[in-house]
Amino acid sequence: MILNMGPQHPSTHGVLRVLLEIDGENIVRVMPDIGYLHTGIEKTCEAKFYQQVVPLTDRIDYLCPMTNNLCYVLAVEKLLGLEIPPKAQWLRVMLNELTRINSHLVWLGTHAMDIGAMTVLLYCFREREDILRLFEAVSGQRMMTSYFRIGGVALEPPLGFFERVKEFADRFPSKVDEYENLLTGNPIWKLRTKDVATISAEDAIALSATGPTLRASGVDIDLRRDAPYSGYDNFKFNVPLGKNGDVFDRYMCRVKELRESIGIVKQALEGMPQGPIKADAPKVVLPDREKMKTQMEALIYHFKIVTEGFSVPPGEVYQAVESPRGEMGYYVVSDGTAKPYRVHMRSACFANLQTLPTMCEGHLLADVIAAIGSIDIVLGEIDR
Amino acid sequence: MALAPAITDLEQLKDHPALARLLAWDAAAVQSAKFDRNELTVYIPKAAIREACALLRDHRDCPFNLLSDITCVDWYPNEPRFEVVYHLYSISKKERVRLKVKLDGESPVVDSVTSVWRGANYFEREVFDLFGVRFSGHPYLRRILMPEDWEGHPLRKDYPVEGYR
Repeated sequence: MILNMGPQHPSTHGVLRVLLEIDGENIVRVMPDIGYLHTGIEKTCEAKFYQQVVPLTDRIDYLCPMTNNLCYVLAVEKLLGLEIPPKAQWLRVMLNELTRINSHLVWLGTHAMDIGAMTVLLYCFREREDILRLFEAVSGQRMMTSYFRIGGVALEPPLGFFERVKEFADRFPSKVDEYENLLTGNPIWKLRTKDVATISAEDAIALSATGPTLRASGVDIDLRRDAPYSGYDNFKFNVPLGKNGDVFDRYMCRVKELRESIGIVKQALEGMPQGPIKADAPKVVLPDREKMKTQMEALIYHFKIVTEGFSVPPGEVYQAVESPRGEMGYYVVSDGTAKPYRVHMRSACFANLQTLPTMCEGHLLADVIAAIGSIDIVLGEIDR
Repeated sequence: MALAPAITDLEQLKDHPALARLLAWDAAAVQSAKFDRNELTVYIPKAAIREACALLRDHRDCPFNLLSDITCVDWYPNEPRFEVVYHLYSISKKERVRLKVKLDGESPVVDSVTSVWRGANYFEREVFDLFGVRFSGHPYLRRILMPEDWEGHPLRKDYPVEGYR
């Protein structure tokens, strides 16, 4: 029998449609069907100036906007050969890790709810709200932040911002204990997740899986450590690995990452350098408001950047970052004009979704829900 | 920071594990290479891409075992029109390499690498869907993002940004 799950199904996290060929309760074949959220963002990018693409990158993955901002601006900065001041780099790292926590909290809450543990969602969203308030304070937006700019960050963080982050970072580890108290030792949770939807390391690599989906199978890969960007080489953190590649290991990987991330946030707070937050590149970075009122050149540069953009030397760049879901990559091709010739987003969940049939075929129907949740898919990023 | 000029001389680049392996296999398998902004690009003839990928995946010292990405760039109206771009990553050695294949605009066809990495499936379907490049030997070459009955390939440069109305 063919069963149609989705596209409107609460546990498919958006508009994923999965065609399931079943024999009684057993899965014979799994066929994911995607594209319901396709908006042609890659095509839109080709019609915008380089700096106008930044707000589009938020909309790809609405759970980790800062990661996408970062990946895109890093790619363009690499094309331009721009050097970013340390304070901007550290701010980016700090906000990126907060974004990772934010994304993992949504994942944990919804994944647990899919499997039937309702309470966890309420706990997770409580802390997520704190993070969204921090985002609002620093960028003016809760979700579509667009805070990173080519050459730095948009604004100085407001007064008292670092104190608020510190207060959150001190409080957060005890909250992770709370989530773990609800789930990790819970016999029902273990029954639903242990040895469910397993995938071997060889299969996961062959299917281009990355991130926690790959690490849970025991593959030691983390781009923050392996190919450091934005000054990640200055931070100390562990890369949690799983062993069995089942739903439980993927859960444990992400929960441990919550603790590692908050450690990075603390390190960033303690070592936050002083100095400018924008690169010294007047043709690329918008000038300060104050300078525009007093200096002729600043006003001219501002006018030029806003009306005609800035040209980028021809070439191509592939920049990958470790997003909460895996390898997020931006491939940007420049033909020397003010608009990108081609922007391609390598989406982590797009590739990770390919592991779903391998995980589920031969298992029970109810485990498909657990498997989908454990890959942590965001349909906006898959369909783009 | 000024940009260093791109290096295109094969002699200077042959120490890179990917290029060294390809040159040792068949010097004709490397059309040209470019090292720009710390990234290595190797142009491969259309007929050799599948074998080149298998070779790099099974590289003894530096296996490029993870297929990061496959995508395409349309250079319309220039010929050869399409460039299919493969990004490979070595998990153990943390090296990256970019392979490129040039295809003409008349009938863009290239060998599928799904037999090398099963994960190439979705990437190749996406390129087929948005650029109309066909991959011979692909097990299920259907549209993936656009509706089944869609006409045209939206990421081609001669396709208007607003679409056809």
